[in-house]
Amino acid sequence: MTNTKTLITPASAKRAQILYGVVLIVLGLLIYLLFVRTTEAGVTTTFGLNLANAQAIKVPDLVVPAQATVLAMAAIAIFVGAYQLARGIPSTSTLIGVIAVTFIIAFLTWSAQDKSFSLTGMLSSSLVRATPIALAALCGVISERSAVINIGIEGIMLMAAQVAVVTATVSGNLYVGLVSAIIVGGLVAAFHAYLVIHFKVDQTISSVAINIIGTGTTSFISSRFLQKATDTLNNSGTFPIISIPVLSKIPVLGPVLFENNIIVYLMLLLVVIMNIVIFYTPWGLRTRAVGEHPKAADTLGVNVYLVRYVNVIIGGMIAGLGGAYFTIGSVGRFDEVMTSGKGFIGMAAMIFGKWNPIGAFTSSLIFGFADSLQVKLQILKVPIPSEFLLMAPYIVTMIILTGVVGRAIPPAADGKPYEK
Amino acid sequence: MTNVLELRGITKRFPGVLANDKIDITLREGKILALLGENGAGKTTLMNILYGLYKPDEGQIIVHGKEVQIHEPNDAIKSGIGMVHQHFMLVPVMTVTENVMLGVELTKNGMFLDHDKVAQRIHEISNQYGLEVDPHALIKDLPVGIQQRVEIIKVLYRNANILILDEPTAVLTPQEVEGLFKILETLIKAGKSIIFITHKLKEVMSVADDISVLRLGRMVGSIDPKEATPEKLATMMVGRDVNLIVEKQPAQPKETSLEVKNLFVRDERQNLTVNGISFEVRKGEVLGVAGVQGNGQTELVYALTGLLPIDSGEVTLLGKPIHHNTPRQILESGVAHIPEDRQRHGLILSFPIHDNLMLCTYYKEPFARGVSLQQKAIFSNAEELVKQYDVRTPNIYVNAGTLSGGNQQKVIVAREFSRPIELLIASQPTRGLDVGSIEYIHKQIIKKRDEGTGVLVVSSELDEILALSDRIAVMYKGQIMDILDANKVNKEYLGLLMAGIHPSETMGKK
Amino acid sequence: MSETVSPKKTKQEHERSTSLRQELLIPSLAVISGLIIGAIIIAVSGASVVDAYGALFKGSFGSLSEFIAGIKSFTATGDQTELLKAIYPFTESLVAATPYILAGLSVAIGFRCGLFNIGAEGQLLIGSLCAVFVGYSVKSLPAFIHLPLSLLAGAAGGAVWGMVPGYLKARFGAHEVVNTIMMNWIAFRLSDWLLSGPMKSPGFRPVTQNVLATAELPRFFAAPLRFNWGFVIALIVAYGVYWFLFKTTLGFEIRSVGANPDAAKYAGMNIIRNFVFVMALAGGLAGLAGATQVLGVDHWVGQGFSAGYGFDAIALALLGKSHPFGVVLAALLFGFLRSGATDMQSMAGIPIDIISIIQGLIIVFIAAPDIIRWIYRIRTAKKDEMVLTRGWG
Repeated sequence: MTNTKTLITPASAKRAQILYGVVLIVLGLLIYLLFVRTTEAGVTTTFGLNLANAQAIKVPDLVVPAQATVLAMAAIAIFVGAYQLARGIPSTSTLIGVIAVTFIIAFLTWSAQDKSFSLTGMLSSSLVRATPIALAALCGVISERSAVINIGIEGIMLMAAQVAVVTATVSGNLYVGLVSAIIVGGLVAAFHAYLVIHFKVDQTISSVAINIIGTGTTSFISSRFLQKATDTLNNSGTFPIISIPVLSKIPVLGPVLFENNIIVYLMLLLVVIMNIVIFYTPWGLRTRAVGEHPKAADTLGVNVYLVRYVNVIIGGMIAGLGGAYFTIGSVGRFDEVMTSGKGFIGMAAMIFGKWNPIGAFTSSLIFGFADSLQVKLQILKVPIPSEFLLMAPYIVTMIILTGVVGRAIPPAADGKPYEK
Repeated sequence: MTNVLELRGITKRFPGVLANDKIDITLREGKILALLGENGAGKTTLMNILYGLYKPDEGQIIVHGKEVQIHEPNDAIKSGIGMVHQHFMLVPVMTVTENVMLGVELTKNGMFLDHDKVAQRIHEISNQYGLEVDPHALIKDLPVGIQQRVEIIKVLYRNANILILDEPTAVLTPQEVEGLFKILETLIKAGKSIIFITHKLKEVMSVADDISVLRLGRMVGSIDPKEATPEKLATMMVGRDVNLIVEKQPAQPKETSLEVKNLFVRDERQNLTVNGISFEVRKGEVLGVAGVQGNGQTELVYALTGLLPIDSGEVTLLGKPIHHNTPRQILESGVAHIPEDRQRHGLILSFPIHDNLMLCTYYKEPFARGVSLQQKAIFSNAEELVKQYDVRTPNIYVNAGTLSGGNQQKVIVAREFSRPIELLIASQPTRGLDVGSIEYIHKQIIKKRDEGTGVLVVSSELDEILALSDRIAVMYKGQIMDILDANKVNKEYLGLLMAGIHPSETMGKK
Repeated sequence: MSETVSPKKTKQEHERSTSLRQELLIPSLAVISGLIIGAIIIAVSGASVVDAYGALFKGSFGSLSEFIAGIKSFTATGDQTELLKAIYPFTESLVAATPYILAGLSVAIGFRCGLFNIGAEGQLLIGSLCAVFVGYSVKSLPAFIHLPLSLLAGAAGGAVWGMVPGYLKARFGAHEVVNTIMMNWIAFRLSDWLLSGPMKSPGFRPVTQNVLATAELPRFFAAPLRFNWGFVIALIVAYGVYWFLFKTTLGFEIRSVGANPDAAKYAGMNIIRNFVFVMALAGGLAGLAGATQVLGVDHWVGQGFSAGYGFDAIALALLGKSHPFGVVLAALLFGFLRSGATDMQSMAGIPIDIISIIQGLIIVFIAAPDIIRWIYRIRTAKKDEMVLTRGWG
């Protein structure tokens, strides 16, 4: 069928080419209008590359002329846009990259003009903030690769977060909290798996019920017990930062990647492990087959239900780890509804990452970046209300889901119960 | 001669249906047993029991003289039984190698998939049995005939010596069928035994060593292929004498009803599947579109009925262009559509029959006044149509999903024929139906033709095309190979066209 | 139609009545099971179930003895005070049920079209903000214009909030579940900003001004009773939704699209338009819920105004089997639970969140009727379960 495919230029491709070109040019003009004209001439922007308490070897900060940099970004966007209209650039991700990079550099240079902005600090906090999102996304990846949708990640993370802090406080050992969180995550996911696999409950409904029960239970326990006994039940402390010897000395990369707590390291490790398991091992092959065509797997003697149970439960354990991050990984105490939609943002990261562990992680980083950017901008006193900056990750999620920036195809059997 | 497989007294009940009733069959070593029966006779159920997908309520399975318990496909595989399913059990986004090794993966370092070793084995099997295939190709890029080879390789990879092939010829061209039969010969020479499930009489006679016939879940009897005639087999299969030909007068074609010019259509994945075709359908004639499934027929029909947008080209109905119209506008201009997938497009199974009978006209008088639905009119319309089209149902209030396939199709026919139409598009109108319903639907289609309606019939069953059509268009890879007078062609000729070979290139016409 | 009763029709009616009993059986048992598990949780948390559920019951219905005493004092002296005090808990339950009815309908109408609206909460919040804005800022209008205008503003605000995910679903196939949740969070942030800035009333707290008297929904009794016309409006709207869904061509389209979008497309229905339309309608209903709450009960909006309504609405729609009348019954039940739970919290010290847990359990039981059938050993014919949601699409 391929021999005749080229008879007609696809109209949709032509439309996409024009769309991206126009977007780039508009972006360039926007950068010019919004940022270049409001940047004072001769002012510089300093991007800090060192962190105060980091082990890394100090390097000089990056100082750039603000107006020239912003102008350069506007020029790049317009130039690439014009080239796209004239010739076309085949790689969509390059185009998206140009859009994102020019806008972000221009925006940061503009907002930090005449000030210093810690770039390393923001990258580091991006990774930290991406951690729970990435773990939620990994939970989604592993269950949906076997065709079970789990929107209950938010609820799982809440319950795990609470259990982690309580067990850690009571036992006085953070690792007890970590393990309990993982176990609770696995148990709740097992409940979801039981409902959707055994009883064939609609997967979205079951997930929503888990979210409601998760929110209800944690708030119930919180107001009935934790609030009255904060010191004895809800005050665990947090995991210390572990500096990896030698590696943490690398400038910029060192403080970002190699000075983190155990949950961040575990997350990075899980990304690698899951990528290997899904694509290079028999279990991964079976998981993918079950997610795409369960009947085919069944006829070859693969136990579809077993694969789904195991994957959903492993996913729950990963989400449990993500839950632990909220309490014993960051603030050392539980607050009601503290996950604030991170589980759902993880779902978006999973979709944007095309159901691949590495893709999911990369997209989580984008969300983490948006999240930490918002905090930094508040500090820089950018004249935009903080509430609007807080909306950014949610809006980014919605844009991603439109699939305008690369449509992803879910596993073919995703969300469908399997009947023998 | 030894029996490699015996089924004794297999019984399987589904709620309300006795799918298999005390069935006995015997497969001799190194032979091909054909299991013949209509749709719904219980062939697939029986084989799914043998393969461990269903549990029998009663009965024994004896392999090489020993009774075995088959609870799941693994047990069947262990007993040396392999199955090539009617709907291929292949994961489209994975490679041949991955599909073959699934469930019995080879690993290196005890952990990682060993693609190379599996590909090596596939090569060996390919060479031994003449099953050429690229182990690293993705399934979705392979044509149907090759996918079937992969299915056979999967079975051989697991060292099966009893092969079950469920309706293996349904998706193949006559020439590909020949190829398949050659492969079967090779397999038999290598000592394998084969159960061949089909409802096509001629195939059975050319390939089988033994024939067993099933009807309505019961074993009707066995017959030696040497003594079998198509008429005899058909009678056994259906239980009465069947009229294999639709009685019809020569067509009286009038002015052009539908005209298609240089039509290009993309499917939902943006692949160009209809590739510049032109034809016309005149009033009072049946144009049959033949072709192996997946050669653009589905997309052609979707484009004509507005379900898929066209890429370029022109479609006119009675001289008026309709190719940019919405499905509703096309319906209203007098196009009736019996869809290929009746449960997906044709009916809302969870709605009562009376609602399904006004599904396309619910917003019009007498079913609606303004926005308000008129229950009385809806009910009386349904009562009338159910009577007129002989839909077997307890009442008009039950859900369409409770009806049998034949009666569901009658509901669709009743609905589409009950409004004024200029053109009838019937896609696979009798797929999966019993002989009685097939006869009924065929008669109704011819009746519409004789009333002066233009009819476009799309079917992958050559027999159906030959029975109904006045002219026949053959589609291959999104293009029309040729349009022929139905009286002047035979199956072999059509078969070559369906395979993309123009017979005039290789030999003199006919 | 009822004059000529053919034998077939009576048979059908008979079938309907038995099927009605069947339809009610599972939801009732689901509610009972939810309450039982709730009781176990209360007991485990170290409180008295009798005290807790006693307070719950008294808080939702009031007590019979007080009611009789109230009647006596009214007939004897003509003094209403005692009587009003006695019916106060009951009317409060109806007040609590009012937004539930409308929000439940919002989710139910989505389900009917195969859409899962988790965004009722955000739509309700935006609706209440729009209603309160029109309620306090538009001055010197007569009540018969100002009140409907405020209600309408609420509905319109919710409709816009619902339409966005509807459009994204229809146009790009973006999953409405995630998008409605995102819209919720955006609504929360937007409301935080509005309440601390543009719409903040003079003073310390981040709340809006009170609506003008001309925008208030009239109350039936003197203060402190808050029972108002909102309840009546909700009932009328519920009937309207029923009529719309089952007696009109538009409703038929919506149900067709929900039951089988492919067949709906085949029949010439416009799927995209229906998705956008239904999400706007769903948003409008949720917005109206917010408007009745703000115009009938609170008269101002503060932070946490919408808390929990969205998830409650899902439970309501499921419990009511996405049928408007079922939703009304379920909303009454939840109204009684919620209003009683406040008393339970103050009198027995049981956090109000227990109700969320019970609701979550009810959803599980409704969605998995097999669990109920198994617990209570009932044998009912399994019917085609409604398709509620689809995958990522």
